[in-house]
Amino acid sequence: MTTVEKPQYRVIGTRPIRPDGVEKVTGKALYGADIRLPGMIYGKVLRSPHAHARIRSIDTSAAEQAPGVLAVVTHADLPTAADRVEELGESAVNVKEVSENILASEKVLYRGHAVAAVAATSPHLAEEALKLIRVDYEVLPPVLDVLDAMREDAPLLDENRRTKTLMTGELSEKPSNIASYNRFQGGDVEAAFAEADVVVEREFRTKMVHQGYIEPQNSTASWNADGTLTIWTSTQGAFAVRNLVAEVLKKPIAQVKVVPMEIGGGFGGKLPIYLDPVAALLSKKSGRPVKIVMSRTEVFEATGPTSGTVIRVKAAAKGDRLTAVRASLFYEAGAFPGSSVGAGSMTMLAPYSVENFELHAYDVVVNKPKTAAYRAPGAPAAAFAIESVIDELARHQKVDPLVFRKVNSARKGTKMVNGIAFPRIGHEECVEAALNSDHYRSPIEGPYRGRGVASGYWFNGGMQSSVVVAVNTDGTVNLVEGSTDIGGTRASLAMQLAETLGIPYEDIRPSVVDTDSIGHNDVTGGSRTTFATGMAVYEAGMAVRREMVARAARLWGLPEDDVEYADGTVRSKKDGRQFTFKEVAAQSARTGGPITGKASLVARGVGGAYGTHIVDVEVDPETGKVTILRYTAVQDVGTAIHPSYVEGQIQGGVVQGIGWALNEEYVFDEEGRMVNASFLDYRMPTALDVPMIDTILVEVPNPGHPYGVRGVGEVPIVPPLAAIANAIYDATGHRFTELPMSPRRIVEALNGLA
Amino acid sequence: MKRTYVQARINGEDRDFLCEPRQSLLEVLREELGLTGSKEGCNNGNCGACSVLMNGRVVNACCILGVEADGADITTIEGIARGDRLHPLQQAFLEEAALQCGICTPGFIVSAKALLDREPDADEHRIRFWLSGNLCRCTGYDKIIRAVQRAASQLQESQA
Repeated sequence: MTTVEKPQYRVIGTRPIRPDGVEKVTGKALYGADIRLPGMIYGKVLRSPHAHARIRSIDTSAAEQAPGVLAVVTHADLPTAADRVEELGESAVNVKEVSENILASEKVLYRGHAVAAVAATSPHLAEEALKLIRVDYEVLPPVLDVLDAMREDAPLLDENRRTKTLMTGELSEKPSNIASYNRFQGGDVEAAFAEADVVVEREFRTKMVHQGYIEPQNSTASWNADGTLTIWTSTQGAFAVRNLVAEVLKKPIAQVKVVPMEIGGGFGGKLPIYLDPVAALLSKKSGRPVKIVMSRTEVFEATGPTSGTVIRVKAAAKGDRLTAVRASLFYEAGAFPGSSVGAGSMTMLAPYSVENFELHAYDVVVNKPKTAAYRAPGAPAAAFAIESVIDELARHQKVDPLVFRKVNSARKGTKMVNGIAFPRIGHEECVEAALNSDHYRSPIEGPYRGRGVASGYWFNGGMQSSVVVAVNTDGTVNLVEGSTDIGGTRASLAMQLAETLGIPYEDIRPSVVDTDSIGHNDVTGGSRTTFATGMAVYEAGMAVRREMVARAARLWGLPEDDVEYADGTVRSKKDGRQFTFKEVAAQSARTGGPITGKASLVARGVGGAYGTHIVDVEVDPETGKVTILRYTAVQDVGTAIHPSYVEGQIQGGVVQGIGWALNEEYVFDEEGRMVNASFLDYRMPTALDVPMIDTILVEVPNPGHPYGVRGVGEVPIVPPLAAIANAIYDATGHRFTELPMSPRRIVEALNGLA
Repeated sequence: MKRTYVQARINGEDRDFLCEPRQSLLEVLREELGLTGSKEGCNNGNCGACSVLMNGRVVNACCILGVEADGADITTIEGIARGDRLHPLQQAFLEEAALQCGICTPGFIVSAKALLDREPDADEHRIRFWLSGNLCRCTGYDKIIRAVQRAASQLQESQA
């Protein structure tokens, strides 16, 4: 582990067992689908078989009469939603479009788009009743490709949509499938191209891919006669669900309670809402609690994957300097606007200091599911493009690809494409650590073997968090928080509190509570929880310390200034008298009542983070199979609170990236039907497909956080696509510009069949 | 639909239940018997989150009918620990941080137990091969494999 200016910590940096671990290894932990309420019935959703069609009519009368059926709902049961934008953390959504996506009114915009739902006494009866719903569709031609959708004569998903130019706010005169256009520029690109030693121009394509969380979306709702509503669901943000459900159903926020169940993976895909309002409406109509759980096919067809993209890059080098980049990024938003192209364009050049640049970003609707965030949304595709081109530039200039990245690295003060200067960042340190790694210093030999490297960046998020710390009379502590724990944040937050209070980690019991029980918390997204909720935990811990000082001062009859808190002990500066944490806690009833600390904040000082990856591959030219021989991921993690879970985030992100690079894609037929909507056919990496993933944690503490934390979860999926493409080039001499680099594509390319 | 009477030994207990012929063993375990530790990720045998032991063999409970369980001896994740004593695999998963979201964990532990019960000396490749029927999307498998290796060496030590 590379350590830069790191203070000595007592708990931070150790590897304790997570507080929720035992429940999860014994099968006791309750996930969304595990809930069972008295009188509960089951909902199922009818989905469009067409990618693009007008709904002429929906006849639910036969379904309503079917055995066991207690309620049927369609869009007509939803209130008219406001046409306004709600922030969801990693993405923003228009409430009207959310409502349209939940149950379609006039048009279906992708295969799998929900049109009606049934609640019945068993899931099988609900499914049978769906077949009795008659929907009369006028089938329209679908638009399935981002470039086709941009053509003037393309069929329109929405006749009223006009292209918004984000720099000026202007709307186009003609309707279009291009929802928005944005541009960043600096310097003089043309002049730099004219003076360059080498200019590389390429077009890259990536397909829609899914987050692939193992737990399907689910929601259980209970609507009471007084209008209050409780929802049990697995989500990355219980408060976001609450607020959006309240918006969509036009209820006061306080009438909606969301109980966050354990969540079986999200990666951004469990930020949006799909089932919650439907379950709520079915519960309202039936008077019973209603549970809906998606099938795997529904997850693929009807929840948000990430955008398919086309990215054109023209880049230039002079000597060992990257002198100019022009890029156009075309991202599929799916059925409604809001692809990740904004983040793609803003992260693309973040590892580098490049004076002359021009970035054009297009957000385009197509007849595919509405995209959702997927781990560093938008960044991996953009990095695939630019990091492949940088590999070519470095090779042409005969400069080691890591050295090229180091020479051109962004550092503190380098301006981002939006003109704002970077604070202290760690890209250079990552490249340096990669250069010095055992992996990079070891030779790679043999036919069809090659090595590739790539860097990547993610902003990370701050946003709002709220926590309460309650000290018990035996000196144990309850940490009450509202951030979804998706991969060990109960542990990383309890560790920060233990560090702040100077008490054992085991004395702290963290709980993720429902939306009635704590102040607002934004989503677990943007790699924000350990950073931002960790900051709130620190503040709440400091409040407890101040309270303990006040209590001791009172007992000793001293002014508070004469009492200090250090290492879990309160001391008199005058005479050395002291109380341990437990002793102060034990006397709380006599010194002013329960000792608590709370903090609610908007976390500022977020630290962006970088990764640099090295991968060795072997390509089988006969079968097209690419074997990952060795993989090393270097990442600036700020401070690794719990190194095992930091490594785990990196390893998980890398393997998702390997899947994206080599095999995963949404395959659609001409009518817009996804033909591989199962795990078997979508084929994510298994344990047999990957080696151990080595990690090198570089710690460049984030000056904006009391413990130097940077988000770590998203960065690791950014470099793999390009690193693997660069390795395959090194192994075969063929530059792949289209993902996935599946066996078929490899065989075709190496045999000149492409 | 007419329900069928089924008797089975589940986690060492004799249980009986009524189920429809179309109900999977997974649905019966989760909905009829309240054993929700076995998870549904795909309902077609692709993900392994519902792995249970049936007469000592690993099966995907979603691909077995409830009525097929008649007379069988079934172990689910709820039957792996002995009282409050965790199985070495469970302890190793905790110590190696081999879970993030945890939804696949029951399936991995049940499946890995079946392997170590018969091949306590399985090497990394064998473990990876055996567990390739269990999907995990969070960990990249690294720490899961290490946890199984750690449990294997502990089991071997305790048997030596």
